[in-house]
Amino acid sequence: MPTLDLSTLLLIEQTLNGVQFGVMLFLMAAGLTLIFGVMGLINLAHGSLYMVGAFAAAAVAGISGSFILALIAALSAAAIAGVLIEVLIIRRLYDRDHLDQVLATFALILIFSEGTRWLFGSFPLFLDIPAALSGPISLPGGIEYPRYRLAIIAIGLLVAFGLYLLISRTRIGIQIRAGQYDREMIGALGIDISRLYTVVFALGAALAGFAGAMIGAIQSVQVGMGEPVLILAFVVIVIGGIGSIKGAFVGALLVGITDTLGRFLLPLIFAQFLDPSSATAIGSALASMLIYILMAGVLLIRPTGLFGAA
Amino acid sequence: MRERHLNILVLALLAAVPLCAYVSDEPFTITLSTKVAILALAGVGLNFALGLGGLVSLGHAMFFGIGGYAMGILASHAQSYTPIYDGLFVFEGTKSMLVIWLVAVLAGATAALVIGALSLRTTGVYFIMITLAFGQMFYYFTISWPAYGGEDGLSIYVRNGFPGLNTLDPIQFFALCYGILLIVLYFFWRLERAPFGLVLKASRQNPLRVTTVGLGVYRIQLIAFVMSGAVTALAGALFADLNRFVSPSMFSWQTSGEIMIFVILGGIARLCGPVIGAAVFILLEQILGDLSQFWHIYLGVLLLVVVLFAKGGLTGLITRRGAS
Amino acid sequence: MTGAVLKVENLCKSFGALPVSDAVNLEVKSGEIHAIIGPNGAGKSTLIGQVAGGLSPDTGSIFLNGQDITGLKMAHRAQLGLGRTFQISSLAMEMSVLENTILGAIGQRQDAHRFWSPVSRNAALGDIAMTALAAVGLSAHADQVVATLSHGQRRQLEVAVALTLRPKVFLMDEPMAGLGSEGTKTMTGFLDRLRQKAPILLVEHDMDAVFALADRISVLVYGKIIATGSVEDIRKNPEVRAAYLGNDEPAS
Repeated sequence: MPTLDLSTLLLIEQTLNGVQFGVMLFLMAAGLTLIFGVMGLINLAHGSLYMVGAFAAAAVAGISGSFILALIAALSAAAIAGVLIEVLIIRRLYDRDHLDQVLATFALILIFSEGTRWLFGSFPLFLDIPAALSGPISLPGGIEYPRYRLAIIAIGLLVAFGLYLLISRTRIGIQIRAGQYDREMIGALGIDISRLYTVVFALGAALAGFAGAMIGAIQSVQVGMGEPVLILAFVVIVIGGIGSIKGAFVGALLVGITDTLGRFLLPLIFAQFLDPSSATAIGSALASMLIYILMAGVLLIRPTGLFGAA
Repeated sequence: MRERHLNILVLALLAAVPLCAYVSDEPFTITLSTKVAILALAGVGLNFALGLGGLVSLGHAMFFGIGGYAMGILASHAQSYTPIYDGLFVFEGTKSMLVIWLVAVLAGATAALVIGALSLRTTGVYFIMITLAFGQMFYYFTISWPAYGGEDGLSIYVRNGFPGLNTLDPIQFFALCYGILLIVLYFFWRLERAPFGLVLKASRQNPLRVTTVGLGVYRIQLIAFVMSGAVTALAGALFADLNRFVSPSMFSWQTSGEIMIFVILGGIARLCGPVIGAAVFILLEQILGDLSQFWHIYLGVLLLVVVLFAKGGLTGLITRRGAS
Repeated sequence: MTGAVLKVENLCKSFGALPVSDAVNLEVKSGEIHAIIGPNGAGKSTLIGQVAGGLSPDTGSIFLNGQDITGLKMAHRAQLGLGRTFQISSLAMEMSVLENTILGAIGQRQDAHRFWSPVSRNAALGDIAMTALAAVGLSAHADQVVATLSHGQRRQLEVAVALTLRPKVFLMDEPMAGLGSEGTKTMTGFLDRLRQKAPILLVEHDMDAVFALADRISVLVYGKIIATGSVEDIRKNPEVRAAYLGNDEPAS
């Protein structure tokens, strides 16, 4: 094994980046897996809800200058958008086969994307990191890490914990778990399914919108930003197992860390025995495929994911 | 109208329009018709897996892109007179369409074999997500692989050659693509009526039933998936030749979605559904695209309406009028 | 050990702590109808599932004509001669009666990899299919779409498809379910003649049909076979009366 000439500080920073990436992926994946687990619906429009959150945050931050208001706007806008499409369109899809769901939610992507482009134009918006969270923070060991990214990790973990409490301790949570287990039964138990489904969808949407807003501050806010994240969230769910929030959490961290560290380490590893330009080329090309290879690997061993129902 | 008559009408129109355009010297219309034929071919490819087999392959653009890049790689090495591989043996590029098509088909089939073998071990939503993810993998790989243009894509300066034809002449290139489309459609037609087609269709409707008569669903679906990948790859090679340009966007999820839209608009599993769907899509792109740069909204609404209210697509709507 | 077409040996399966199949031993001999009866929840479906190949037992073996099929997949068992019909009809609903039967014929001939010549011109497939349809009396409905068939007709079609497989043994899960008195009579007569083609392992709730048809009966209660014997033996068996026949269900 060739000795790697890296600073461990750099490695830790990249690992933290991976965790940050993973935590945000979790917010997307959790919503998706909830919606699928409870309603049996595959929702391609989830990326659009992510985008709606980011745009709402950018717009409100631009007007008010307050990041907190921007976050609230993101949550609300995404949740409202979620409720709207659930009531108007999504609820007609619960009884349909997966192909219909895919097509209809793909149509929603088209409508949302072009609609946003019509409203906001083709150029990206910018959402600034709030002053209180800008700049680096000193961590033990002499690590300097961006304050905002650390905040993302903290907030993301908090939301994950909150989700855990919601699912395991509240009445809605019990209804959700019952719905995941046996969709037909909960109707017979007198629970208002219609309302439950709308709530679950809105919850998923809010999570997505929130993630979009948080990430919007470190990447640009533009049309089409949601779909790559959506597809990554799919990878997370496949690895973690559909319907499992725990699987989404583990899968998201796995994907986030693997991808980030892969992009960082692979070119360096190849540079040990290849010339620099080839090393970068092959290294980054391989890194871009890494999580899909990971997904393929998980599938070979467990076709229903790490925590999925066998 | 009976479906058979509709099919003949559609194919006749697809030939007639460019012929008229040839007579009245409108090469742009001929090029558009060629685009319809090629995209229809991609849709027919998808139809093998999706229409007949019920396999919702959401990453089918990966085969489209593989075919396109097969053409791009072979042709770019030929036009720069550098061999692709120069070691134990010399592997040179080529600008012969026949060779390129063969390579594209083989590459598409091989990729479909590997990806299908892996993905078909899962069902339902897993399969959809996995095929989408693999499509994305090809997309990102192609962007980060610098040798063939990366994100900017690759231009091929001169259209590839076919013996006996001047392929730069729009009507001749159209005739080539149209001919291929007809051949593939004929094969699809025969396959659907053959034992394999029957078993494949049954696998979509009731896999347990197929297993109970002693047939392996996995193998049947894999064969269909391989055929599907091969045909879509061929369409990709033709598309790259039409535009004389190949780029990672051929692998994008948007392209996958569009191919699926052709199939659905025209009528899933119907023989000429993809032809109708591709024609409608191109027409909409031209007409609505002139009116508004946001025409994708109308496409989205149309797709939504078709999915919610008109599942048989246009073929279903038209054929329901006549006695069956 | 001799003469048994289908043999189930010490089959055990538990879901967690719950034993669903508890050392089940069964035999189906040539020319016989062996019925399995028992109260709901006794584990009949799980037993069928393990014999057919959809479920794998924890321990125990299944033999078809002396060959150990315990580890084989469902399709393979069908190829070896296990003809199964389902309690809830499992057919290709959008296809016609004939097409479903031809599907069986294709399975029997293991001939699915034909991509070119049309099914309609394939005489071999057509003959097998039409013969099977004639045997169950569905020839007139050959071109009818399965979704439009009555429940009884779908049961007949299930049997027809099973027939095309030229099975060594039939595995039938409640073939009388949902049939009216006319349908039950027809099916009973049919199964009576069917036993000559191949023996039948029959799971049924309709006690009149069972007593009319069965050569032997096994009684399954809480995953255990509590008695095996002729119709008379079972009728007189006090354990069986206590566990099952005592609360006699009216014939449906």
